Amino acid sequence: MSELVAVAVLGGLTALLATVLIVASRKLAVDEDPRIDIVEGLLPSSNCGACGFPGCRAFAEALVGLAAAPSGCTVSDDAGRQAIADLLGVSVGQARKVVARLACAGGDNVARVRAGYQGARSCLAAAQVAGGGKDCFWGCLGHGDCARVCEFDAIVMDAHALPVVLEERCTACGDCVDICPKDLFSLQDTANRLWVRCRNEAFGDGVLEGCEVACTACGRCAADAPAVVRMEHNLPRVDYAAHPGEATGRAAIERCPTGAIVWVDETLGDIKGGQAARVVRQSARREATT
Amino acid sequence: MRSTTDSAGFAHGVHPPMHKDETAGAPIRQFPFAPVMVVPLAQHFGRPSRAIVREGQEVQRGQCLAEADGEVSVATHAPASGVVQRIDLVPGIAGRMVPGIYLKPFPGSTQEVAAGPACDLDTASPEEIIAAIQRAGIVGLGGAAFPTHVKLRFPPDKPVDTLVINGVECEPYLTTDHRVMLEQRDDVFTGIRYLMKATGVARAIVGVEANKADVARALADALPADLPVEIGVLPVKYPQGAEKMLLKALLDREVPSGGLPLDVGAVVVNVATTAEIGRLLPRGQGIQERVITITGPAVKKKGNYRIPIGTPLRFALEYVGVEDDLGQVFLGGPMMGQSLPSLDIPITKGTSGFVAFRRDQALQQRTEYPCINCGYCVDACPLFLNPARLGLLAQNRRFADMAADYHLMDCFECGSCSYVCPAHIPLVQRFRGAKSFLRKVEAAG
Repeated sequence: MSELVAVAVLGGLTALLATVLIVASRKLAVDEDPRIDIVEGLLPSSNCGACGFPGCRAFAEALVGLAAAPSGCTVSDDAGRQAIADLLGVSVGQARKVVARLACAGGDNVARVRAGYQGARSCLAAAQVAGGGKDCFWGCLGHGDCARVCEFDAIVMDAHALPVVLEERCTACGDCVDICPKDLFSLQDTANRLWVRCRNEAFGDGVLEGCEVACTACGRCAADAPAVVRMEHNLPRVDYAAHPGEATGRAAIERCPTGAIVWVDETLGDIKGGQAARVVRQSARREATT
Repeated sequence: MRSTTDSAGFAHGVHPPMHKDETAGAPIRQFPFAPVMVVPLAQHFGRPSRAIVREGQEVQRGQCLAEADGEVSVATHAPASGVVQRIDLVPGIAGRMVPGIYLKPFPGSTQEVAAGPACDLDTASPEEIIAAIQRAGIVGLGGAAFPTHVKLRFPPDKPVDTLVINGVECEPYLTTDHRVMLEQRDDVFTGIRYLMKATGVARAIVGVEANKADVARALADALPADLPVEIGVLPVKYPQGAEKMLLKALLDREVPSGGLPLDVGAVVVNVATTAEIGRLLPRGQGIQERVITITGPAVKKKGNYRIPIGTPLRFALEYVGVEDDLGQVFLGGPMMGQSLPSLDIPITKGTSGFVAFRRDQALQQRTEYPCINCGYCVDACPLFLNPARLGLLAQNRRFADMAADYHLMDCFECGSCSYVCPAHIPLVQRFRGAKSFLRKVEAAG
């Protein structure tokens, strides 16, 4: 008899709670656009944030809500972006490739190290000890924090302890911009070809003692291309809103005595002006003195 | 004399070898003038002072070279009679070139110190004393170089009842405060009178560590009867000289996280700063020299020197003589000081000494091993932080979590955790990196 009571009570309870759940799932259901899940599946799931949204899910919601264009995702390839555009019936949008660029060319072959730093191999730690020991206070320390922080393996350290950005891999997520204690990285439109590879704010030829490729603030670039370059804090500042073309850019770099301002060619890399001095020093690391 | 040797002190901390015997007995000697003095305009925490001299101008020793620029700023004075060569960038301690003045002393000058209107203890109002301290260019001489007058102006809703004079000098090798307390004890007492009048507090305590028993005796013997000063003798432990630790050890008051000594009703002033106030204010002079310890195994004439501010380190080391195999030179002591990138930097108001090592004694690159969670660092941290966890977070670049969940910003970088770590993990170095990262991100918005 008592077994029957238990079965009846539990069975009744099950039926009651199941009814509550069924009613709740009908009445309280939130309609979500099923396309969001599909679009999210087409995104790379790297959650890098380079699109400006907090992760791929949020970007997918914005895409479906037509608040963003598929080109906003810098990690997907062209086919992936096209697939999203086709699904949603929109255009891919203006593909504006943005990459991280380094504003220093002072590798250990050209920039002098004044003090031998022996601590933890990290730019962040080294920068705390008298700026890192490099003669140029503003220059790259070369311990590779940026290469380590990059989740896309888009930064490699070259033979002279200088980071090189592999532009096809760079998603412009901005992690290297944040980590660099010398603020040498910035996110740049790849169309911005005229580039200053130096951050040294000191004035005069004295800076060459510390680095052969530093900007001496001579101002020739600003004199030769006044429409797009002006001097600010002893450094050239390029006005990218004026869209400097190749002719203007080449004019600006031509007379630079150290090659601190360059034209970034798509295939050839940095092109220096015709009058840039040739780099002669080869073993700066060994010159380091305590 | 009140002795607090039996006080519980503060919890945690470490006991590094002190190496003070070599210079503790050396009387303060006057240092000569360098051929060219280098006077940075930002020797203090806050806004750099504003130059009021021009290139080529002749100045007298003690004359004001640059005025305070705003409230958190102090004046800078000429360390020698001479001519202003250039106003230009000078090498700074942080590796960056900073604005400063090159001054060439006249070789034959009597080097008499210029004096302005004196600040009389009996007639001056508290506000006048505080203004005179700012005019005299006085900053914390213990190392932080925080403008002293800023500490003395506190809001009325924070009642302060105790003036703490910090003569602990817990950093190994340094003995400047030790010698100043022995040789300038009357200046210290005069300085305490000025500070008590400026702040209106009725009670002062001088904190010293037990390894300076001679100081405690000397101060107690000479203590004027009308001066309500106690002398607290504390057991030796690093970092007792940090103001939070000192307040805990002397007064058993705990400064809250992110707070100041003001929050527990105290003002802490370094003893050398107090002595300078007592020496300069009655004469109406500005600070143009300070006492430093130059020591370390590579120094031939170790000792304590009254050195003109702006003396280049290279000249100072040449004068005292160094061994040929000079390796690292530390600004400040070996615990909180930093290794210097260049000998061209000048001695500033915040420089309490230099420790020079031979090349074979210099810090060797040590192999770093993974953290084994032994907890030594947790037992060493005087602020009860968890350096092991913080170090792990720093390694994984979770800087925001370090500040939000583990009180990174309370760390004052005493280095006790790195000192005890058996795995040689550079903990405090990582914390400094993390803090600079967070400051940068915060500044960027």
